[in-house]
Formats: sequence, C-alpha cells, structure tokens
Amino acid sequence: MPKVTIDGHSIEVPEGTTILQAARMIGGEIVPPAMCYYSSLKGSGGYCRTCIVRVAQGSAKDPRPMPKPVASCRTPVMDGMVVENITSPEVLEARKGVVEFLLINHPLDCPVCDQAGECDLQNLSFAHGTEKTRYEFPRRTFEKKDIGNYIKLHMTRCILCYRCVKVADQITDERVHGVMNRGDVAEISTYIEKAVENDFSGNMIDVCPVGALTDRTYRFKSRVWFLNPMDAHRDCKKCSGKAVLWMHGEEIYRVTARKDQNAEVKEFICNECRYDKKDVKQWVVEGPRHIDRTSVISANHYEDLNSLKHAIGEQQKKLQEKITQKTSGI
Amino acid sequence: MARKLLLENIDVPGINSMEAYRAHGGYAALEKAMRMKPAEIVEEVKKSGLRGRGGAGFPTGMKWSFIANPPGVPHYLICNADESEPGTFKDRFLMQRKPHLLIEGMIISSFALGANTSYIYIRGEMLYVLHILEKAIQEAYDAGYLGKNILGSGFDLDLYVHPGAGAYICGEETGLIESLEGKRGNPRIKPPFPAVKGLWDCPTVVNNVETIAAVVPVISMGGDEYAKIGIGKSTGTKLISACGHINKPGVYEIELGLPVEEFIYSDQYCGGIRGGRKLKAVVAGGSSVPILPSDLILKTPKGEPRLMSYESLSDGGFQSGTMLGSGGFIAMDETTSIVKNLWNFTRFYHHESCGQCSPCREGTGWMEKVLHKILTGHGTIKDIDLLWDIQGKIEGKTICPLGDAAAWPVASAIRHFRAEFEEYVKNPSKIKDVKHYYRLHDMPVI
Ligand SMILES: Cc1cc2nc3c(=O)[nH]c(=O)nc-3n(C[C@H](O)[C@H](O)[C@H](O)COP(=O)(O)O)c2cc1C
Ligand code: SF4
Ligand code: FES
Repeated sequence: MPKVTIDGHSIEVPEGTTILQAARMIGGEIVPPAMCYYSSLKGSGGYCRTCIVRVAQGSAKDPRPMPKPVASCRTPVMDGMVVENITSPEVLEARKGVVEFLLINHPLDCPVCDQAGECDLQNLSFAHGTEKTRYEFPRRTFEKKDIGNYIKLHMTRCILCYRCVKVADQITDERVHGVMNRGDVAEISTYIEKAVENDFSGNMIDVCPVGALTDRTYRFKSRVWFLNPMDAHRDCKKCSGKAVLWMHGEEIYRVTARKDQNAEVKEFICNECRYDKKDVKQWVVEGPRHIDRTSVISANHYEDLNSLKHAIGEQQKKLQEKITQKTSGI
Repeated sequence: MARKLLLENIDVPGINSMEAYRAHGGYAALEKAMRMKPAEIVEEVKKSGLRGRGGAGFPTGMKWSFIANPPGVPHYLICNADESEPGTFKDRFLMQRKPHLLIEGMIISSFALGANTSYIYIRGEMLYVLHILEKAIQEAYDAGYLGKNILGSGFDLDLYVHPGAGAYICGEETGLIESLEGKRGNPRIKPPFPAVKGLWDCPTVVNNVETIAAVVPVISMGGDEYAKIGIGKSTGTKLISACGHINKPGVYEIELGLPVEEFIYSDQYCGGIRGGRKLKAVVAGGSSVPILPSDLILKTPKGEPRLMSYESLSDGGFQSGTMLGSGGFIAMDETTSIVKNLWNFTRFYHHESCGQCSPCREGTGWMEKVLHKILTGHGTIKDIDLLWDIQGKIEGKTICPLGDAAAWPVASAIRHFRAEFEEYVKNPSKIKDVKHYYRLHDMPVI
C-alpha cells in the first residue's frame, strides 16, 4: 500500500486513493477544502481548484516535486509522495486567490439566501477569504428559473461545480439538464426549459454547495438554524429511506438526505421521501441529528456546547490577532 | 535560399489536386512508408528530432512511442486543425494550398501508429478548407491511398474531417477529443493522457497539421537527413505566419535557427517594418507567448543574436525570453499601444475560456475589465498591481494551459512595458480615441 505524507502526517492508503481522500483519512486541519469534488459522484472534482496542494516529492521512485500545484481531489497518491497543504504559504496564497475568483461574481446575498448557514462557500470564505473585495465592476446576473415543481435555479449564485450535472447523469435515469454557453456566461440549464421531473432530482439540491439550487417547497420558510434536524427513516421501496427531518415543533419544514462530516450525501433519497412525506407520523424518528460544526451554523444543536464555545473563542482570538496585525502594520 | 520541405511547389497551379501533387513527387513517401514496418517509421520520426508544431514543441517520435497497446483496443490519430490562436494562420494556408500533403502525412502516421480510423478536426470557421480537404480525401480514396488494403499492404484506413463549432478551446487536445465525441468541448483533467485514454477512451495521438505534414519529408529524406536541418534540438523547417506592421505579411517556411533579425528585415521574409518605422515589440509564437521588446527579441540578454528556434527564443526564461509557440509572429511598430493590444488579447481569452475552472473563468474577465479601465483613462497604479496579482493567481492553477495562455501576455506586457501602463494612468487626457471605447459605466452586463 502506498504511503503518503501530508503536512508531516503519514498514512498508508489503498492504491488509487487521491490526496484529498488520504487527507480526509488523517483528518483535522490538513484536509483541503473541496467545493466541487463529491465522493459519491463519479468523475466529480477538478473544477473549482480550492483543494489545490503542492506535491513536494512525487514519489519515492521519482522524488522530483510536481511543477504546478495539483487538484488534490483528482491526484492519486504515489508511494513516498510528500504533500504540502497548510504548511505551504504558496498553497494558502493560491487558495486565497481561488476563493476570491469564486466570490467576484457571487451576489453575496446570504441574508436572503436559503443556503445561508449550511453553505460551503460561506464556510470557505470565512476560512480563506479576505474581508474586502478588490472587484469593482458590475457582477454577472442571471434570471431565476424554476426547474420543475420542486427546484429553483438561482444561477447568479452558482459556482459551476458540475455536481448537479453529475447527479442528473448518474442518479436520475434521464439527464435533461447540463451546462450551456461557455466561460463566465456558462450556465446550468435544462434544455429548452424542460423541467427536471425525476424521482431522484431533489438530490441536486443537496449536492449544491451554494444556494443556486434550492427546494421550492422550503424557500423563504425559515433560516436553517431555527429548525431542529432529526434523523428519521421510513420503509421506502425506491431509496434507503434514511433522511433528516428539519422540524419546527411538530411540523416538518423540509426533508433532506443525510450529510457526513465532509458535507457529502452518501445515500441519496427519492423525491417521495423528500416531498411527499411531510407528516412526522410517516417516519420513525431516531433522534437529533449530529450536526458538524462546519456544516450547519445551528446554535441550538451542538451536542457539546463546551467545545463549541472553545471553537468560537479560538476564532475570535484569531480574528483579533488579524486585526492587531493589520493596525500595527499601518 | 532556404530549403523548402512543406511549401515546396506551393505556387504550382492545381497543386491541390491529386494529379499535380503526384506529378511533383507526391505520395512517393507513402509508397516508401508502406514498404516499412510501423516501428521503423516511428524510429525515423524519433531520429528526425521533429517536435510538435502546435505550440508545446513536444518531440513527436517520443509522443508516438508512448501510445498504449492494450489488446483488442483500437488506436486513433487525430490531426489538430483547429488553428485559432490569434496571429497563427499557417495550418490553414497549408491545407488550403496543399491538402494532399496533410493527407499523405495522415496515412503514413496512421500506419505507424496502427490507427485504422483517423480524424482531421478542423476549425468550424474554415468550412471552405473542409471542402478542399474532403475533395482531396475523395481523390485519395479513388487512388487507393485510403480505404481497404492500401497499396496492397493489408493496411486499412478511413479518414474523416470533422468541423468544430468555433471554439479556441477545442484546439486543446482533450477539449478537442470531447468535442469529437459529440460533447461540450471541456478539456479533460490529465492524467490520463490521450496516449492512454483518448478518443472513446482508446489510446490516441493528437498532432498538429504541420507536424503531420512534416512526417512526409521525414520519411522521404530519412530521419537523419531531416535532423541535419536546423540547429541543435530544433530540427527541420518551421512555418511562420508573420503579421503585424511588416512590409510582407504571409506564411514563410524557415530553417530553424534563422536569426530573428534576418527574418524581420530581409527581403526574403518580412521585408522590414512598414514605412521604415522602428520595431517596438514582437509576439513571436502566437498571442499566448510572452511579448518581448525589440531589444530582447533581436538579442538575448547575453548579447547573442536571438534565433528562431525553440531554445534560443526561450533563452532567459520568462524574465527576458519567450517561446516559439505555434509560429504566429506578430510584429508591432513604434505607433502600437501595448495596453490596447493587451486588452484585445485578454478579451479573446475571456471570450474563449470554457468556464470549467474558477481561476480562468473568473480571472480572464476580470483582467479584461481592469485593462479596459486603464485603457480608457480611469485606471490607477493600484490597478496595474492588481492585474499583476490576478495573472499570477491564474497561472499554473488551471485544468488546461488556456489559463497560462491568458496570464503570460499580461505578465510580460507589465514586465517589459510597465511605464506605458503608468503613462495611461498618469496622463489620461493624452489618450487618443477614448470615445471609441465604451466607458466603464456602460460596460455590458450579462
Ligand atoms: C487553449 C489551447 C488551444 C490550442 N489550440 C491548438 C490548435 O489550434 N492547434 C494545434 O495544433 N494545437 C493546439 N493546442 C495544442 C494542443 O493541445 C496539442 O498540444 C497539440 O495539438 C499537439 O500537437 P503537436 O504535438 O503536433 O504540436 C492548443 C492548446 C491549448 C491549451
Ligand atoms: S483553464 Fe480555462 S479553458 Fe482551460 S479548462 Fe479551465 S476554464 Fe476551461
Ligand atoms: S474540490 Fe478539487 S478542484 Fe474542486
């Protein structure tokens, strides 16, 4: 089994494991952020470039460094490979650049966006972005579109991760949507406005890292952090039936699939579970959903309030340091 | 007089027909090749030192020998005729005037690579060239050079021409393959390289038009003889499409190693700068390569004359050198605005980005807008630094080299002509034809 060292941590992994997967096995701070890669979707990743890392040593056999930073989500490890992520100032600077690129045309409409609170882009810019933008031109906008009865496409927010295209390709049985046009006017579109009507179409919403695809039945109903996420399951012929119910009192506001600590769905759910079962009696409720600190800003549901307090304290300390550095620099 | 291998007989009337082409020695190399073993052809190409003429200059023989050989899986050869790089128009000229040279090269190369189906992927805007090629291909079928059992060798080959739909990015080899498969021309993430998984996931070689055409003289004269032409690792002849402020724009065949100065000023080639003006700058290998001011293009920093070769042009790295690239030679005289020219180039890359990866998708448009701001007299010194920073954040961080191609012209223009950018910032009132441009606040919003 090849052995790879990432930021000084070594691990042996099966042949064909990517650098990102290996980093996730090690866990912690050294895991590169990923905005387009999605482990349960074949061929995903490589687009957004947030996961780039430096390969300081290609392999034991060929120790030369790779000439350019590589997308960790698409680069398989080699035996003896040495990777730098957070230990490379170059990588951090490049990542800052990528985050800036992702944001220059983003509307930053978080206050009215349903995704706020569970948005990968918010988390990413909080961790790697800058406070101010250097972009001073009009931002790109698109008309909002309904794709079918259940999904709202807000293209202006899209970062073109291609995840929903892969869902349509791999999970639904007929793909009628894809990317049209090119460059910075490329857009997700259904051919001739054809609605996406498929039993598994709702999963596109779950894989969307931003608020570009939102649930029409839930739009503007509530902020996610006001809801109680509960693990629940039901007997379903089409899918695993394992879901998360987002509740307010006894009422189900929305149903989603379950996301792991990397904010990824491993078991996709069908539209029947997602849209037609909004009565708690139709579900077996298991208990509160474990919510990862990074996936939902949900003040009410951290099982371990102390660690949360600690985490917030650390963030504030870092911020304060940043501010002091800035002001002392002037 | 320099040796002509590709443009030989180019002015013979009717050389685009089978009859005239054959009367002037055409298809002799094919007959010779069909008596050789495929491996021997690859060996000759290796010996010739021929390097890819599409831009990167990768040794062709080596590329061919990388092709994977899984049992029962077909090989494909694709000719890259998407030629869309601003300043480059050599492939079109060659195909239009001597289509049979390319077809002969395609047959020999396909035979060498064991490909029974090959494609010429041609830029959509060159539809009239497609018709020329199709007519020539038909003639080749009629003559028994294509189809089943070519010249009794037992080798079968079908050759198709496929037009693109007008996208520069489909010239990138994996974008081309996607497009040929009928998909969106998004470049693929490499590895796997086409030599392992290319068209329909089968081992594939993609070569430029000129590269494949050059295989014909390599075979007819032998690899060793071909390697004697040129200088060092830059062997053979190269087509240069020269344009800009020169007296004689056009396509020239040079022996690699020709001094740049001679190329610009001699009557055999560009014939000097129009109106006797001074040369200001040169983009030596198509819009993607770094621009150089006249002193650096004529002489290396060591004071040696700069030569038209892969090595000499890149002498000094990006600090003081450039690249031979695709051979699109753009000369600019002293009246040229570097800022305006750069804006125009950047506009092109913005328009042509496929939009897959964020640095190129967002960065190219941003650079265009900042440049437009400077160009129209609204810029600040900070904008010049911002441009420098943006290009650095694109370069090397993208899926395909289009990102680099967009970044290098910006970097080199600022590196060598920063004072001119500052002039635009400091003296906006001096900017001519400002009215010609749309102002910042009426920039189109998409
Ligand atoms: C954006 C982009 C556009 C390209 N356009 C062309 C082209 O029009 N023609 C071409 O031959 N090569 C083009 N290339 C280079 C090809 O990817 C490839 O390297 C080349 O076809 C290989 O052939 P060669 O080895 O014979 O040079 C382009 C590359 C990039 C990144
Ligand atoms: S660098 Fe540009 S053209 Fe190339 S894959 Fe990325 S977005 Fe597309
Ligand atoms: S997650 Fe690797 S490039 Fe997007």
